[in-house]
Amino acid sequence: MDLELSNSELAFQAEARAWLAENVPAEPLPSLDTPEGFELHRQWEAKLSAARWSVVSWPEEYHGRAASLVEWIIFEEEYYRAGAPLRVGQNGIFLLSPILFEHGTQEQQDRFLPSMATGDKVWAQCWSEPEAGSDLASLKSTARRDDDRGGWVLNGQKIWCSRAALAHWGFGLFRSDPEALKHAGLTYFLFPLDADGVTVRPIAQLDGEAGFAEVFFDDVFVPDADVLGAPGDGWRVAMSTAGNERGLSLRSPGRFTAAADRLLALYDETPEGPNRTAATDGVVDAWIKAEAYRLYTWGTVSRLKDGGDIGAAGSVNKVWWSELDVALHETALDLLGPDAELESTWLDGYTFSLSGPIYAGTNEIQRNIIAERILGLPREPKGLQR
Amino acid sequence: MRFELTTDQRDFAASLESLLAAADTVAAARAWADGDHDAGLKLWQRLAEQGVTMLATEATPVEVCIAFEALGRHAVPGPWVESAAYLPVALGREVEGIGTVAAPRALDADIADEVYVAVDSALHTATAGAAYVSVDRSRHLFDVTPGGTVEHGDLAAAYDLAVLATAAQLLGAGERVLADAVTYVKQRKQFGREIGSYQAIKHHLADVRIALDFARPLVFGAALDPTPRSVSAAKVACADAAYLASRTGLQVHGAIGYTQEFDLSVWITRIRALVTAWGTPAEHRARILSTLVGA
Repeated sequence: MDLELSNSELAFQAEARAWLAENVPAEPLPSLDTPEGFELHRQWEAKLSAARWSVVSWPEEYHGRAASLVEWIIFEEEYYRAGAPLRVGQNGIFLLSPILFEHGTQEQQDRFLPSMATGDKVWAQCWSEPEAGSDLASLKSTARRDDDRGGWVLNGQKIWCSRAALAHWGFGLFRSDPEALKHAGLTYFLFPLDADGVTVRPIAQLDGEAGFAEVFFDDVFVPDADVLGAPGDGWRVAMSTAGNERGLSLRSPGRFTAAADRLLALYDETPEGPNRTAATDGVVDAWIKAEAYRLYTWGTVSRLKDGGDIGAAGSVNKVWWSELDVALHETALDLLGPDAELESTWLDGYTFSLSGPIYAGTNEIQRNIIAERILGLPREPKGLQR
Repeated sequence: MRFELTTDQRDFAASLESLLAAADTVAAARAWADGDHDAGLKLWQRLAEQGVTMLATEATPVEVCIAFEALGRHAVPGPWVESAAYLPVALGREVEGIGTVAAPRALDADIADEVYVAVDSALHTATAGAAYVSVDRSRHLFDVTPGGTVEHGDLAAAYDLAVLATAAQLLGAGERVLADAVTYVKQRKQFGREIGSYQAIKHHLADVRIALDFARPLVFGAALDPTPRSVSAAKVACADAAYLASRTGLQVHGAIGYTQEFDLSVWITRIRALVTAWGTPAEHRARILSTLVGA
C-alpha cells in the first residue's frame, strides 16, 4: 500500500506544472456561456491541444499522450491548482469521447475526435426532455427510419442541454422503435446543431447566463454514419457515458483540493469576528472532505488499474463531490459576510455548485442506486415500463 | 501508487475477522461492563497471540488500523488503544499484559498491570483513584494520581497513533452498525413490504455508506503518513461517519434499537464514547486548522 508517484509520473507532473505556469491566462477569461467568452475558451483549448494537453488520456494519434489514469489525475490536479480556465470542450471530451472510443466506428473516430481535441468543434449533451428527467428512458423524441436517404428523421424536443446555445454538435437518445419496451428501442445519435430543422433556444440559468438550451427537432435528417452504436442499443451505449459522467471523469479531485486551498486563503484574510468564527468548522470540513475525495480517488484508481470497474461506486462519488462543492462555497459566502451577495468568483462558484446535486443524475437517484446496488436493499415497485 | 491493502494485509484482516466472529465478543463486552473480565481477558490473550499488541512496535500503522477496525466492528472491550497503540510508542516497547494511560481519565485502570499519565511532556507511573460510569458501560474510567517519571519515547507520536487507532475503531463500529441496520430493514415489514424498500430508509442508509466510504481513505492515508493533521482528519471523519451510522441505525431499528438488551446498544454507546475519546472533534478540527492557516 503506497501513495508514491513513480519517477515518470513525477516527470509528467513537473512538465504539466511548468507548462501551465507559463501559459495559463493571468486574468480569468469571460464566462464561456457568452459568445466572446466561448471564443476565448475555444482559443484556450486550441493552445492546450497544440501542446498536447487537451486530451492527455487519448491515444497519441488523436492529439493525446496516452496518459495513464494516474497521470490524468495528476494533470487535473495541476490544471486546477494553476487556476486554468473551465473546459469548454468538456461535454465532448469527458462524456462523448469515451463512448466514441468504445462504440464508434473508425470513420467516426477519425471524423470527430481531432476537432474535439482542438476545440474547433464543441459538443452539447441533449439528454433530458420536458417529461423525461430522472426517468430518462421514458423519453418521447422519435427517430423514423428513412431507407431512401439511408438514415433517420428526428422529431421532438430536448431540454437542459448544456453548452447547446453556442456548441456545434449535439448527442442524445431518440426512440427509434415505438413498439419496444421502455429501455429498448432507443438509438444514440450525433447531429450538427445547425442542421435543417434544428432550433436552439437558449435558457438563462440562475446566474442569468445561457449555460443550457432547449433544442427542437422538426424532421431533422441524420445519416446512418452519425448513429453511434447499433440502432436500438442506445440505452446501453449511453449508460457508458453516464457512468463516466457520474464517476471519476467529470469531477477530478484537483478541482476540490484547489477550491479548499482558496477557501483557506479567504479564511486567512477574513478579519476576526462572528462571520469568521461561525465559518471555521466549515473551512476545516471542506479541507477534510476534499482530502478524503483525493485519497478516495486514488483508491478508485488502484482498483481500476487492477481491472475493476467503477460501477455503482460512481454514485457514492457523485453525491460526495456535489455536496462538498455546495458546502465549500456556502462557507466562502459565510466568510464574505455582507459582501456575499455581490458579484465575485465565489458567488459564481456558489451558483454553479447548486446545479451539482441536480445534473448528471440527481442525488436522490444516486442514493437509490447506492441503496439498491451497493447495500442490496429491495427495489421500489416501479411505474409503467412502456 | 497503489492505495489498496496488500494481499498480506487482507489476509491479516480476514484472520482477525474470523477469530472475532467466532468469539462471542458482545457477551464479553456485556460481562466486562458488569465487572466480569474473564471472557474479555481470554479474548485479549488470543488477540495478543495473533500479534495485535506488538503491531505498534513491530508492524506499520496500516496493520494497527486493520486491527482496530476489527476491534471496533466486534465491540471488543478493554483498554486496547492505550495498551496496543499509545503505550508501545510512548514506552518504546510492547506492553506485556495490560497497560493503560490517562487521556484524561484512565480506561480500565482497575485491572491494568501498568498505569501511566503524561504530564508536561513527561510520562509518569500513576495510581488509580475515583471511578466514573461511562455511557458505554464497558468503559470503566478512573482518575489517576501521578507517581514518578519513567523513560519515554515520542509522546506526540504515541498520541497520534492512539488517535488514529480510535478513528479506525470508530470506522469498524460504524461499518458494523450499517451492516446490521441493512440486515434488519430487509427483514422488517410494515405496510406490507420490507421497510428497506422505502426511499426514506434507503436514503438515510445511503448517506451512511457514503460517509464511511470517505472516512476510510483518510484512515489509511494517515496510516501511510501519520501527522497531527492527517490523524486528526481521520478522527473527525470517522467520528462523524460512525455517529451518523449510530443515529441512523437506531432510527431504522425503531423501538427495539432503543433497548439495552438488543445488541445494537453496545455499538451505539461505544461510538458515543469514542467520538470524544482521544481528542474531541473540536480539538481535532482546531489542530487541523492550525496546520493550514496563519503560518
